[in-house]
Amino acid sequence: MELVEVNQLQAAIDSFAGKEVYLHLETTNGSYASHFNEGFFNAGAFIRNVVINFELGKVVGDSPHRVGLKLPQGWVYAQGITHFEIDEEGRLLLAGHDGTGKLAVALQLSETPFSY
Amino acid sequence: MTIPKERHVLVVFPHPDDEAFGVSGTITTHIQQGTPVTYACLTLGEMGRNLGNPPFATRESLPAIRKKELLASAKAMGLTDLRMMGLRDKTIEFEDDEKMVRMMEELIEDTNPSLIITFYPDFAVHPDHEATARAVVRAVRRMEDRPKLHCVAFANNTLEVLGEPDVVYDIKPVREQKMNSMKAHISQTAWMLEEMEHKLQNGDTETENWLTLERFYTYRWDQDFE
Repeated sequence: MELVEVNQLQAAIDSFAGKEVYLHLETTNGSYASHFNEGFFNAGAFIRNVVINFELGKVVGDSPHRVGLKLPQGWVYAQGITHFEIDEEGRLLLAGHDGTGKLAVALQLSETPFSY
Repeated sequence: MTIPKERHVLVVFPHPDDEAFGVSGTITTHIQQGTPVTYACLTLGEMGRNLGNPPFATRESLPAIRKKELLASAKAMGLTDLRMMGLRDKTIEFEDDEKMVRMMEELIEDTNPSLIITFYPDFAVHPDHEATARAVVRAVRRMEDRPKLHCVAFANNTLEVLGEPDVVYDIKPVREQKMNSMKAHISQTAWMLEEMEHKLQNGDTETENWLTLERFYTYRWDQDFE
């Protein structure tokens, strides 16, 4: 993965617009967060292989970036994106890694289903 | 305590690396004593967060890396019967409970273990650990002739509620194999190993004991978790 280069990422997001695409979206603090810090309110969310069709996608802000997808009747967005990659299967993988290298957020788009 | 010879040992954990820290010395010792050991690893740790900065892996490439690491850990322990059960990281508690019990029953029927090692329900911290432990305990509970059930517990309230572990093995003779098992999972253990080796070099006895004493609780059927 590379640090986000906004123009490249914007072009990649544009290439998925108006198509049926598989979405992977997750945010996490890790399952041990409240073990190491009792009382920590651990929250996260995970979506994989839900099909969406967005009409407009934008990458906004200085790193860490925010990425939002506008759907005909809804929204998807992720905050904290630092890295991106178009992998060998042509999937767009976005990730936000904290200073210690831990994944905090991921947003991925693919024209074919992600492995289950 | 010396590690008794068993007919067959079945180890069930959800994540590649769960075996490394707490039980790899015990596994290696059983194997060296000629006891067959089966390790059923339920997922490939697909949701691991240690991807590095700069990242060395993506969400999609991580499972292949962790599978290789799991195979390397098995090799380090001398383990030949490694079963990857194909579930997905962080989803086990959402699977059908009865399906999970059946998976454990099939493993037990297939391996006929005299000892099963898993996590201790309610003292295993991670939701996948808890779900794995529940499924194993439920499967064993239904058996007429129950094998021994040794459980790993590390929740913050473990000592307070369960007291000291009743099974403690000194695995110093296979310390190197244990280190190699932990090192095999380098994508998840790099930071932790660095800190640990620093402490060991400074003669920290607590860390040495943590490394070379493997601790288990015999499951307490008289205080069954449900």
